[in-house]
Amino acid sequence: MNPPPLFDQPTPYLTISAFLLATGVFGLLRRPTLIGMLIAGELIFSAASLNLMTFNRFFAPDPAVGQVFVLFIMGLAAAEVAIALSIIIAVYRNYRSIKTTDLADLNG
Amino acid sequence: MNSSSAAPFLLTLVFSVAVLTAMGGALIAVLSHRIIRSVCGLALCCLGLAGLYYFLRSPFLALMEILIYIGAVCVTIVFAVMLAEPDEPVPRAHRVGSLVWASVLAVAGVLLFWGLTRLTAQAPVTVPASRASDGSVAAIGLALLTTYGMAFEMISLVLLVAILGALAVARPGRHKP
Repeated sequence: MNPPPLFDQPTPYLTISAFLLATGVFGLLRRPTLIGMLIAGELIFSAASLNLMTFNRFFAPDPAVGQVFVLFIMGLAAAEVAIALSIIIAVYRNYRSIKTTDLADLNG
Repeated sequence: MNSSSAAPFLLTLVFSVAVLTAMGGALIAVLSHRIIRSVCGLALCCLGLAGLYYFLRSPFLALMEILIYIGAVCVTIVFAVMLAEPDEPVPRAHRVGSLVWASVLAVAGVLLFWGLTRLTAQAPVTVPASRASDGSVAAIGLALLTTYGMAFEMISLVLLVAILGALAVARPGRHKP
C-alpha cells in the first residue's frame, strides 16, 4: 500500500508552521522599526493558526472546532493590528520617528 | 496517463506552489529593507497560507485568510506606511558582543526546540475513529451560534472596543489645516 501523498500528512504542515514561527521571531529581533516588528508578529500569528488547523484536520474529533478557533484568531489579529497601528501613528506624531532605538525616554 | 494517476501528481504540484509561496513570502517579509516590500511579502505569505488551508479541507478559512489578512491587515499596514516614514536606515556594522550573544541565543533556541520536539514526539496523538461533524461551512455556522455563541459575542465586543480605542489613540493631535 502506498503512503498517503504529501498533502495528506501532518508533517509538512507542521514543518511550515515551525518555519513561519522561526522567521517571525527572527524578524521581531532583527527589525529596527515598529511596523516591521508588527509584520513579524503577524507571521507568528499565522504560524499558530496553521498549527491549530493541522491538528484540527488530522487529529481532532470535531473538525469544526479548529476552524472556529482560527476564525477567532483572525478577528483578534485584525483588532490587534488596528490598535497597534494607531499607537504607531501616535508615537510617530510625538517623536517624528518609529525606530525602536529612538523611543528611549524611560531608559534609565 | 489516466485521470486517477494524474490527479495526485497535480495536487502535489499545487501543494508545492502553495508551500513555496508561503515560505518565500515569509522570507521577503523579514529580510527586505524597505517596509513596503515587507508588507507585500506578508501578503504573499498569506496567499500561500490560504492555499494550505484549502489543502487542510477548509475552503472557508482560505477565503477568510485572503479577506482578512490581505484585504484588511495588509492594506491597513500600507496606510500606516504612508503616514509614517518607516524606511530603515543602513544597517550598522555588527559589534563583536552582539555576534557572540546572537550565536549563544541561536544555539539555545535550537536546543530548546529540539527538546520540545522530542517531548511532543514521545506522546503520540491518536487519530479519532469517527468525526463528530464534517467540518463544512454549515457545521461551522452551527458551532458558532450554539457552542461558541458566547465567544462569538465577546469577539464582537473586542472588535468594537478596538475600533473605539484606535480612534481615541490616533485622534488627538489632529487639527484642521
